[in-house]
Amino acid sequence: MENETALEVHNLTASYQRKPVLWEIDFKVPSGRLIGILGPNGSGKTTLLRNIMNLMEADSGYVKIFGKDLDEVRSRLSYVPQRESVDWNFPASVREVVEMGRYRPSNLLRRLKSSDKQKVNAALEKVGMLAYADRQISELSGGQQQRVFIARSLAQEADIYLMDEPFVGVDAATEEAILALLSSLRDEGKTVLIVHHDLQSAYQYFDWMILLNTRLVAAGPKEEVFNSARLKEAYGGKLNLLSKLGEIVAREQFPLREPDFKEKEGEGDA
Amino acid sequence: MHDILAFFSFSDPTVRIVSLGTVFLAMSASVVGTFAFLRKRALVGDAIAHAILPGIAIAFMLSGTKNPLVLMLGALVSGWLATWAMEYITEKTKLSSDTAVALVLSVFFGIGIMLLTHIQHSGSGNQSGLDQYLFGKAAGMTSQDLWTYSAVAVLLLLVVLGLYKELKVYTFNPDFAAASGLPVKSIRRVLNLVTVLAIAIGIQSVGVVLMAALLITPAAAARAWTSSLKVMLFLAALVGGISGLSGSLISYLSPAMPTGPWIVMTLSIITLLSLFFAPKRGALSRLLKQRRHSQKIVNENLLKVFYKLSIEKEGEQLELSQSELQAERAINKADFSAAIKRLKRKNWLLAEGEKLKLSSIGVVEAKRVVRLHRLWEMYLSQRLNLKEDHIHPNAESMEHIISPELEALLVKELDFPTQDPHNSPIPYTN
Repeated sequence: MENETALEVHNLTASYQRKPVLWEIDFKVPSGRLIGILGPNGSGKTTLLRNIMNLMEADSGYVKIFGKDLDEVRSRLSYVPQRESVDWNFPASVREVVEMGRYRPSNLLRRLKSSDKQKVNAALEKVGMLAYADRQISELSGGQQQRVFIARSLAQEADIYLMDEPFVGVDAATEEAILALLSSLRDEGKTVLIVHHDLQSAYQYFDWMILLNTRLVAAGPKEEVFNSARLKEAYGGKLNLLSKLGEIVAREQFPLREPDFKEKEGEGDA
Repeated sequence: MHDILAFFSFSDPTVRIVSLGTVFLAMSASVVGTFAFLRKRALVGDAIAHAILPGIAIAFMLSGTKNPLVLMLGALVSGWLATWAMEYITEKTKLSSDTAVALVLSVFFGIGIMLLTHIQHSGSGNQSGLDQYLFGKAAGMTSQDLWTYSAVAVLLLLVVLGLYKELKVYTFNPDFAAASGLPVKSIRRVLNLVTVLAIAIGIQSVGVVLMAALLITPAAAARAWTSSLKVMLFLAALVGGISGLSGSLISYLSPAMPTGPWIVMTLSIITLLSLFFAPKRGALSRLLKQRRHSQKIVNENLLKVFYKLSIEKEGEQLELSQSELQAERAINKADFSAAIKRLKRKNWLLAEGEKLKLSSIGVVEAKRVVRLHRLWEMYLSQRLNLKEDHIHPNAESMEHIISPELEALLVKELDFPTQDPHNSPIPYTN
């Protein structure tokens, strides 16, 4: 059976503080899979997610979701940022944070409907946080914080979920619960992409893998990707020439493309 | 007293205008400032306040009037320019954001002072009073000012209420807001705009130099009392309003006293009291909590000693004298007698003449402490593979911390052990 392409990243080059951290990344991901994005520290995993979500501007290349631009299918995507990226001392309850998953352009300036509240409750129930709904987020453990973030994402009722390191700093029970939840999403036909750095558990957790080390090392079913040669390539250090060139680009502030360069869409590179 | 009554009767139109004006200004600045506080942009507010000065001076020079709308337009333009400059410098150069803030603050303020001095010496009859923007001069407020400022204050409150949901998610997690397709750029622009507006009207009462206090301290005080954003906004407005009112009251009672600095004084006092006395988050409640914990430790240690000396050693509930107990545990006399008093009050110890005896509920409590100590020793030796002579000190402190839930987990995980690693029995209550 051939699954529909959920996500296509086409020749994507992106820089962080002018230093290129992703070079010409190009892959397609079928829908209905649980996909791990793996690579050493600084290999561009988070940058890739941020580019897919259009939270930063790419130097070149594009991303298509179900064959469309992000803005046309925004509500079919859900993004879970790293847990540490927010201030958990913010004055809000668990429920208030999960309700943020129902905020969207269509209800701008308006209150949430009761159908939204139902979805929030359902999401809280799925991650086992309903009992803590009125708790202040500053009182949560790391695992509970992550559950709240995942509940917020579930409340968005998307088709593709992009999660940045959801297993970092959580207890074993939470890790198991989250994984079970993600697998059930996959079984419902959703596509789940997870930034993950623990190779030990990766093979067991995911069906598909994307190996990154500032360049794409491999992307495909785990049986094809997860072998010692590929892992050595991904984790065996950066390509010296590539990182030297990147340093020059950053230092000299070279633009990576001419100002009006536009990538042609389609199979131009075939 | 008579004066205070006269003030609160608001029969004097000047009193009415000045006090209402300052209350509105302070409230709107406090509400808008809450978001700056939560976004950790306290100093950005300070920089914008200072940067507004050249705008006011230029607006006056171009128009020749002190019409509040004209001056506010000038304030708005230069405040906006300053906001943009700070964002641009942070994004496009290698300078850090605090450098950008300091740079914008000092450069704009410097230009403002320069222009102000120029106006002061140019001798046009209308210029006097422009320097009130430095330290504020609420007493000089006219009814035209009042109408303008209250209209702006109401507008700001409406914007914050209308955009409440969006401002909340944008402040908590801007990336998520953007990923959800919310128009974060517009939200940021609106938030910047209301911040500049609130500052532009707020400096009328406290001046550019003290404006940051009006923006940030009400939020800091409010945060001490609540963990709900809604309540926090309300409390910040309340704190701001009370300070505005008391500032005008003080300067009414003693006309030599300036309004602005007294507003800030009142704010600071309320904030300091809040940071100290607020339940849960206040310093006092933390101190009390620590004291309760250290008392609990002494209590439990004494019970444990009592239990070991009597039931465990002799197999019965002996009566012990205070000196026998004290000999067993190194503890200073004052702490010791205080602990004995507490244990008696809890009915864990009973006095028998000069001697003391564990009550039946005291025995239960003592067993609990001894049990936790020995269970934890078991855990340390089995799960952490620590040697027997290394586990006691750690258990001495953990026995006071382990909660009933953790105890249940411990018992289950260790499968109901009956002896600790030193072969002492683990006392269960039933």
